[in-house]
Amino acid sequence: MKNKFVKAIFTIAMGSALLISCKPKNSGDAVSGDAAQKAYVAPGKYDEFYNFVSGGFSGQLSVYGLPSGRLFRVIPVFSVDPEKGYGYNEETKPMLNTSHGFVPWDDLHHTEMSQTNGEVDGRWVFGNANNTPRIARIDLKTFTTKEIIELPNSAGNHSSPFITENTEYVVAGTRFSVPADNSNGDVPINTYKKNFKGHLSFVKVGKEGQMDIAFQIQCPGVNFDLSHAGKGKSHGWFFFSCYNTEQANTLLEVNASQKDKDFIMAVNWKKAEEYIKAGKGKLTPTKYAHNVYNESTHTATSEIKTQVLILDSKELKDICYMIPCPKSPHGCDVDPTGEYIVGSGKLAALIPVFSFDKLQNAIKNKQFEGEYDGIPVVKYEAALHGEVQKPGLGPLHTEFDGKGNAYTTFFVSSEVVKWDIKSLKVLDRVPTYYSVGHLCIPGGDSKKPFGKYLIAYNKITKDRYLPTGPELAQSAQIFDISGDKMQLILDFPTIGEPHYAQAAPADLIRNNGQLKFYKLDDNKHPFVTKGEKETKVVRNGKRVDVYMTCIRSHFSPDNIEGIKMGDEVYFHITNLEQDWDVPHGFAIKGASTAELLIMPGETSTLKWSPDRVGMFPFYCTDFCSALHQEMQGYLRVSPAGSNVPLTYSLGTNLPAPDQK
Amino acid sequence: MKTQKITLLSKALLLMVAALFAGSLFVPMWRIELEAPQYPEGLVLQLFANKIGGDVDIINGLNHYIGMSTLHTENFPEFKVLPVVFGLFALVSLLLIFINKRKGVKIFLFTYIGFILLAAADFYRWNYEYGHNLDPNAAIKVPGMAYQPPLLGYKQLLNFGAYSIPDTGGWLMTGAAVLLLFIVVKEYNLLKKKQ
Repeated sequence: MKNKFVKAIFTIAMGSALLISCKPKNSGDAVSGDAAQKAYVAPGKYDEFYNFVSGGFSGQLSVYGLPSGRLFRVIPVFSVDPEKGYGYNEETKPMLNTSHGFVPWDDLHHTEMSQTNGEVDGRWVFGNANNTPRIARIDLKTFTTKEIIELPNSAGNHSSPFITENTEYVVAGTRFSVPADNSNGDVPINTYKKNFKGHLSFVKVGKEGQMDIAFQIQCPGVNFDLSHAGKGKSHGWFFFSCYNTEQANTLLEVNASQKDKDFIMAVNWKKAEEYIKAGKGKLTPTKYAHNVYNESTHTATSEIKTQVLILDSKELKDICYMIPCPKSPHGCDVDPTGEYIVGSGKLAALIPVFSFDKLQNAIKNKQFEGEYDGIPVVKYEAALHGEVQKPGLGPLHTEFDGKGNAYTTFFVSSEVVKWDIKSLKVLDRVPTYYSVGHLCIPGGDSKKPFGKYLIAYNKITKDRYLPTGPELAQSAQIFDISGDKMQLILDFPTIGEPHYAQAAPADLIRNNGQLKFYKLDDNKHPFVTKGEKETKVVRNGKRVDVYMTCIRSHFSPDNIEGIKMGDEVYFHITNLEQDWDVPHGFAIKGASTAELLIMPGETSTLKWSPDRVGMFPFYCTDFCSALHQEMQGYLRVSPAGSNVPLTYSLGTNLPAPDQK
Repeated sequence: MKTQKITLLSKALLLMVAALFAGSLFVPMWRIELEAPQYPEGLVLQLFANKIGGDVDIINGLNHYIGMSTLHTENFPEFKVLPVVFGLFALVSLLLIFINKRKGVKIFLFTYIGFILLAAADFYRWNYEYGHNLDPNAAIKVPGMAYQPPLLGYKQLLNFGAYSIPDTGGWLMTGAAVLLLFIVVKEYNLLKKKQ
């Protein structure tokens, strides 16, 4: 009896073991032995690469190290950031100005690094605002946003900010086609086909980075999704994926998924330049903001521009060509040689790869199958290099390693697939956790990929991290792609929802003239105070300007009296330090906006309106020294109309002896 | 009776000595390097013949915690005297070529050694002054602690390690001393066996 019982237990145990072993391998097993070593960066050692990752709906840009996955910095771009006073202090408020007024948030989807000769050069990173269409330029000398330009005639700036191989242009294709700004937008929505237009913006980038909309191309009303510039032989061309070529305006999940093929639009921007020279562009009235942060005044200015030069794709037939692409193309990626253009039909079960040479031949020999809203449509087979068969489900984006391989993300089947660009053979595949969107190989969309790591940016992380309530951590995964097989070496959480990212060797950025502090002598801020002797408080009617300095470990002045209810107080604070990594903070009780974070040698202004009579302490918020906690002061607010004189002092107004 | 004149080689060397003195007018003579955990890149104070250089502002900022006076070039009369002295030394080295007396070189060498001793004593005095003359209201007071940097070599001052060492000019002047010494030794045949 006892024996039988033992046997039964044994049988059940064995059976369960078999069952368990039949279950597919779980994610934990995907990490092989030396992964930790490959991702490990010892304390005090530097990472090999900087990874600039879009923050999605957070509107910020985050900077991670590769291969450690450590977060170094979050750079505010399109969203206000009370931590740094960005969008709150008087100097940076103009950065978030638009034709709609102050828009303190956005949805940053893609990042693109500046390039020289098709290689990343470590000068700037560009980012797009999806919601209120804008492009930002982030300077890598200071890791701060230096310029933001709004895009007229656009809505949903999605295929952006992709750049040409010498950073001649940053482009922006509108996701939502809408009636042009200078036309009547008050039309029935179901007149989409007639009244809605898609505009592509070509933003010129100057030597010092200055952006300016050189021209826009007016295109049929479709949804432009993603883009990439040609390079090498295809330099001078741009490629945009488009969906909703059905031109539906309702229930797009069905109505824009009808056609077997949508398009990749090839744009000959050199030709467009010729037409502009020939005077074929039309200056059209509109309104858009151009915001520039001036390094020497530490202040941004916002200018509203009122016209834009437009080329009509319908009229000028040899600028734009449509290449049929199955089905609802999303990613549109060009290989390092510039010859192959990879379209990723997000609903397609194959990856079409187009050849630039074949496209040129097809255009030359007029191998067209008709026109789409006035734009010639090249025959699919005439431009096709070939199709990658059965690669996976839901191809989205492709990057390259510079060794003839392409890596494509598959959203639906949650994997990255490596394939050979020429032979179109699938070489390797690895699972991602889960639902991967964009991917990044350092330099992976340039002429010179660094091909050592691949980072996948995932949408979903169930079971990967400790749960954090209804919303889980967003994540990225690093793969070592130096061998034949891709190897997962690290998962790391990200801010917001990571979309596209760029990466460059750390040395390229570290050694590119990175700034350690602002030189006080070069500070041209109109309210700068260059020494404690120059500190003062000036009343002008109800406006009070406080010229204050901070240095380890005090503010000057640290006692201010004579402020009255109804005053508008502007604290212009100059950080007198000329030493690396000694910012000071400034916070005052009840401030309804934010604090300031002032870099060495910088001047920053906080506007403050007292809301009650009394004593208002202010203090430094950024730990600065052994006496940081002593870095504080008082501001006295008296009733309106009181006769308390305006005084300010440092180290002198000790109490009268009888009060001691 | 041996000649009191000096050889052509010694004259050439005197020319070099003059150049070394002149050269040291333009480069830092001495440096005090400071290292602390929060300054991994180090801070340096450089003493030129005519000014203080290096991270003076940062060091002044840090010194206020311990109540040390701030350093300012204009507070040191030495910076007015030293360039003249170095210039004179260069001039004398040139003159010695024409004076052409080995005794002249010997006197100059001893004068120079005397000057170095004097300079070292002066440097020590300033170091002592700055290290001991502290503001009684200083934020950080460590009983019995002084912050006098070493005359030469290394000393730990609270969280800072201080290295006091010659800079380029200091080495040029050392070179000048070595050359002068060599000339004297050679001209007086000090290394040759007595006949």
